[in-house]
Amino acid sequence: MIEKLALLGFGDGGWGLALLQGAGITISIALATLPFGLALGLIVALGKRSDNVVLRWLATGYTTVFRGVPELLTLYIIYFGVQILLQRLWEWIGLPGNFSMPPFVAGMVALGVVLSAFSSEVWVGALNAIQKGQREAAAALGLSKGQAFRLVVMPQLVRVALPGLGNNWMVLLKETSLVSVITLPDIMFITTRANAATKEPFLFFGAAMLIYLFFSLVSAWGLGGLEARTNRGYAAFGGATR
Amino acid sequence: MSWCEYPGYAVGSEVFQNYGCRMFSGLWVTFELVAISVTLGFGLAVGLAVARLYGPRWAQAMINGYTTFFRGTPLLCQLFLVYYGLGQFRLFWTDVGLWWFFREPFYCALLTFTVNTAAYQAEILRGAIQSIPRGQFEGALALGLHRWASLRRVIMPQAMILALRPLGNELIVMIKSSAVASLVTLFDLMGATRLAFARSFDLTIYLYAALIYLVLVEIIRRVWDRLELRLTRHMALR
Repeated sequence: MIEKLALLGFGDGGWGLALLQGAGITISIALATLPFGLALGLIVALGKRSDNVVLRWLATGYTTVFRGVPELLTLYIIYFGVQILLQRLWEWIGLPGNFSMPPFVAGMVALGVVLSAFSSEVWVGALNAIQKGQREAAAALGLSKGQAFRLVVMPQLVRVALPGLGNNWMVLLKETSLVSVITLPDIMFITTRANAATKEPFLFFGAAMLIYLFFSLVSAWGLGGLEARTNRGYAAFGGATR
Repeated sequence: MSWCEYPGYAVGSEVFQNYGCRMFSGLWVTFELVAISVTLGFGLAVGLAVARLYGPRWAQAMINGYTTFFRGTPLLCQLFLVYYGLGQFRLFWTDVGLWWFFREPFYCALLTFTVNTAAYQAEILRGAIQSIPRGQFEGALALGLHRWASLRRVIMPQAMILALRPLGNELIVMIKSSAVASLVTLFDLMGATRLAFARSFDLTIYLYAALIYLVLVEIIRRVWDRLELRLTRHMALR
């Protein structure tokens, strides 16, 4: 029993350090994807609410596609597809050698695209929750459209959207486990390798579960704190306790 | 030409035509996996949600732990833990006569998906039951209905309507997530597509698979919308 646990340690033949590095990769790809996915999601949400029919149609099509296709499939398509496209471009420019797509970038783009499709729904809901009068009042005060969005709409938007975006983050965190299939050395990749080397799958996948669980619990705790903070001006409506 | 080769022929894709039959039988595997696990998971979830709300404190704590654990870890990791991890104890499973179950990737995927979706569905149902006003329960008790009868006849029907939309979302999430079954050597739609790509190196096959998933999800979404409309037709303002 003790010898088996030593496999998770940092000593000779222990996988502790590798697992920590894997956990680092998991967290970094999730954190790298987050701003990209959320920003793209907001743009898509604005597209869905635009007056332009073509834009609306494009934005709706985009979310329908990326919400309906399995993340694993999206990951493969982007990893192999973009690789092939860029390879052709590489040859067309006339550069020597081969272009290879870094798995980190492929994973980030794939997860980011999926995240943007899901978060755009949250953004749309939040944008709808902000009354028209807010923009009108901002316009009456002489703020430009951009200023009104940045100074008046955005601060309120974050509060309304936070619970939904928090959910998106939790989903993203778990989805990062898929990037192991495109050889990015995250937790799942390391534990799969450790399993192949030691033939102790229960121990290693169990350890991976606990690492993910730890990240999820910390995220839930952090998001709870963040929500309480964004709601602190709304205590009278029971917002602080939510 | 059998029917499953026809779509590939019709769009003029040689790979899709060659692997069409494998992909459609893969689609059936996906369908079986999702249909069985979501149904079993629903039954489990009803029990879990009720026990979580009205059961003894120790049961509540255990169910809380269960849902936190399965909702806080990736499905892929759970699947590997069941298929590779539990498969490690082969001697034990042979002794208790369950090795036939843990040997098969299909049963392992089924077990994993069921316990996973049960955790999500239990949380959905718990939320739905909790959002039924307390007065409904008190009213039913005041009319002389037994606790169980009030739950079954008064609370549950209302809670189910609230839970309908998130349950539909969960079904769609499960269809998409079921693609990870291909990583434990199971030839579901994703698995068949991976095989087709590995043999042909033709990337377009992934696009056709994406299209099939998309159509499947879109059909379910529409059917579910209809279902919801039909089930809530007695309610005002709809």
